[in-house]
Amino acid sequence: MKNLFFMKRKLFSLLLAALLTMAVLGGCGSDGTGESSGDNSSMESVKDSTEANSEESSGNSAEANSGEPVYGGSVVVGIQQDIDSLDPHKATAAGTKEILFNIFEGLVKPDKNGDLMNAIASDYTVSEDGLVYTFTLREGVKFHNGNAVTAEDVKYSLERASGLLDGTPLISSLSVLTSVDIIDDKTVQVTVGSANTELIYSFVAAIIPAGSGEDASGTPIGTGPFSFVSYTPQVGIVVKKNADYWQEGLPYLDEVNFKIVNSPDTALMEIQGGSIDIYPYLTDSQANELKSSFRILSAPSVNVQALFLNNADPVLGDVRIRQAICYALDKDMVNDFVAGGNATLISSAMLPTLQTYYVDLNDTYGTGANIEKAKELMTEAGYPDGFDLEITVPSNYEFHMQTAEVVAEELKAAGINAVINPVEWNTWLEECYTNRNYQSTICAITSDMTPGYLMNRFQTDSKKNFINFASAEYDETYQKAAAAMDSAEKAEYYKQLQQILNDEAGSAFIQVPPITIAMNPKLAGYVFYPVYVQDMSTVYFVEN
Amino acid sequence: MKKPSGGKWNKYLVAGLFMTGLAVVLGIVGFFWTPYSTTAMSASEKFAAPSLRHIFGTDNFGRDIFSRVMLGLSTTIVIGSLVVLFSASIGILLGALTGYFGGIIDEIVMRITDAVNGFPSILLALVLISILGNGKQNVILALGIVFVPSYVRIVRSEFIRLRDADYIKRARLMGVSRMRILFVHILPNIFSVFWVSVMIGFNNAILAESGMSYLGIGVQPPDASLGKMLSDAQGYLQTAPWYALAPGLTIVWVVLGFSLFSEGIRRTQS
Repeated sequence: MKNLFFMKRKLFSLLLAALLTMAVLGGCGSDGTGESSGDNSSMESVKDSTEANSEESSGNSAEANSGEPVYGGSVVVGIQQDIDSLDPHKATAAGTKEILFNIFEGLVKPDKNGDLMNAIASDYTVSEDGLVYTFTLREGVKFHNGNAVTAEDVKYSLERASGLLDGTPLISSLSVLTSVDIIDDKTVQVTVGSANTELIYSFVAAIIPAGSGEDASGTPIGTGPFSFVSYTPQVGIVVKKNADYWQEGLPYLDEVNFKIVNSPDTALMEIQGGSIDIYPYLTDSQANELKSSFRILSAPSVNVQALFLNNADPVLGDVRIRQAICYALDKDMVNDFVAGGNATLISSAMLPTLQTYYVDLNDTYGTGANIEKAKELMTEAGYPDGFDLEITVPSNYEFHMQTAEVVAEELKAAGINAVINPVEWNTWLEECYTNRNYQSTICAITSDMTPGYLMNRFQTDSKKNFINFASAEYDETYQKAAAAMDSAEKAEYYKQLQQILNDEAGSAFIQVPPITIAMNPKLAGYVFYPVYVQDMSTVYFVEN
Repeated sequence: MKKPSGGKWNKYLVAGLFMTGLAVVLGIVGFFWTPYSTTAMSASEKFAAPSLRHIFGTDNFGRDIFSRVMLGLSTTIVIGSLVVLFSASIGILLGALTGYFGGIIDEIVMRITDAVNGFPSILLALVLISILGNGKQNVILALGIVFVPSYVRIVRSEFIRLRDADYIKRARLMGVSRMRILFVHILPNIFSVFWVSVMIGFNNAILAESGMSYLGIGVQPPDASLGKMLSDAQGYLQTAPWYALAPGLTIVWVVLGFSLFSEGIRRTQS
């Protein structure tokens, strides 16, 4: 009898161990799902949000403004990557700039329609030859340290960013500045070496207190709606309300905590568990999962996703190989699998939303797979049996990881043996972007409002030309485009640039993915920008 | 009254053999053949619920989950076996030498194994992976290193127990070479004990591999691994619960099977 009892206990403990195993491996997931089937209060919020959803879909506003705004409160915003620098002139990662947008402002700043609005400058004029810009400063704009913004601060900031101060331009598009002069207390005149109609967009460069460059990365001081509180590497960045903000009534929130969540799965759990209020980078499937209990908003992004090919690689150096990859890629399928069919397919590096400059080149390689053509080109190039291709992917981006999985499978059909190499974001930045030590990578480049921003990086000696694209014709055309004063002529050059990039198959461009955010149903006022920013100043809690 | 654990066969052994056998057969078959391609994607069959056509359903890319579980099983079993092979061989070698000869070498090796044991095993494997880099081979190497100490200890204690046994003393007097004493006279006599620890070790290796793949540092896509599948499925728990259940229950099945099997073996010997 005793033995039998002992046996049962043993069996029980074995089963228990097995269950524990499962709990350890899969348990974290079940925590999150428990939430939606919870008590009455969460049922209410479910109802709330479905109402909000239907409202939103019947209207056409992406802002989903419903209910009376309430001042105060704090929100947690999930972000995908660490900050590369708190110095607004030195930050290069889009993931950093989108946050610094809340802390810093330039003379002008982008608005939600993609136009410029006056910020620190209340007005500006450009001389007829396009060489002299005169800015009038706004009255009563204060830095977060309480000091008023003076012409001296503007001069210092522009000189620092343009390299006039110490010879190294921190923002390359401003390097054409030849002098910044103070006319009077409220007027600053900027002279440039060569005219460029897109230059005005570069004056979104942050204005910081004169002489503060040394401390800019430690204690960032700007004029934005939120002021810097603290930054903890790998954890996140906290900002608080700027009570002296020059735009009346903004911001609504007292505090915003940008929390770094490296894994998309963790992010999903944190949203469901309520520890993140806003998460702006949902995948299609995550959005489906959350749509019953959260406010889901969607808009076209400003990202150009591509299978970027290192043109300096021995195999990919052959244009025929690059073209073969473009032919083998089935963009329709990628769109369908990872973007739920909501992405816009592209074949060059221009956003279709920049309508004046965009030219549709999807016919060159087709949006489906053309395996025969791909194989033919590979045979011509001396690889009839295919070749190995390593695709490096920043693994914190679930979207790119999933794309890579689909792309690898598609390329296999053409005999290209693609291997996925997931790396940390920092490794990606260093190895792929800075050292250009990779064969191919799937990621996205982010546009701003100017067509030149996406195109200038493909000039042969551009610092940002991480695909090592080299075309003399391209460089020449780009110079012409930058110099053109007539907008029709400019658009024509930009179209040529896209054509060259497409003909040379600089990279296999895939799509402009949609941007989908999940927001706590108690929040409203989120505004989508045609630039990559997270503007928290308009977000507010709804009265209930 | 019959002794409950006296016979050659007992229910642990039967249940364990059945469960392990099924898993191993599926894994071996999965290595060569699966009902559907494990990588072919199909847009029209995304998230198909389990049916006769796809008995475990399909995943977010429309891939057959049963086929991927088979491949995942084979990956897991191969990794588990190689880890055990690696760590057990080194364990036997070190354990035999230190246990039989003792002395300063024994001290050094034992202190090193203490140091390795001082770290939680998964954590140590993570550190090794971060040094070695991702990939199947490195997972095997990392886990292999982590699991060596447990074998060294068991083998060593058995060798210490047996080195002064009468038949070993006689062998020594007859002038049998040391190597022959170590590996021909003593080694076969410790297998009964060693076998159980191999089974437990295999289980641990499977769990560790799944855990690491779950964390995204083990087997990389498009290769299938049970842990990786579990982590991929996490985002679809509500929409496609079968995606998570299939690999999850498979891991439970394998681990439970091996536990029962080793328990059964232990009982036949006691």
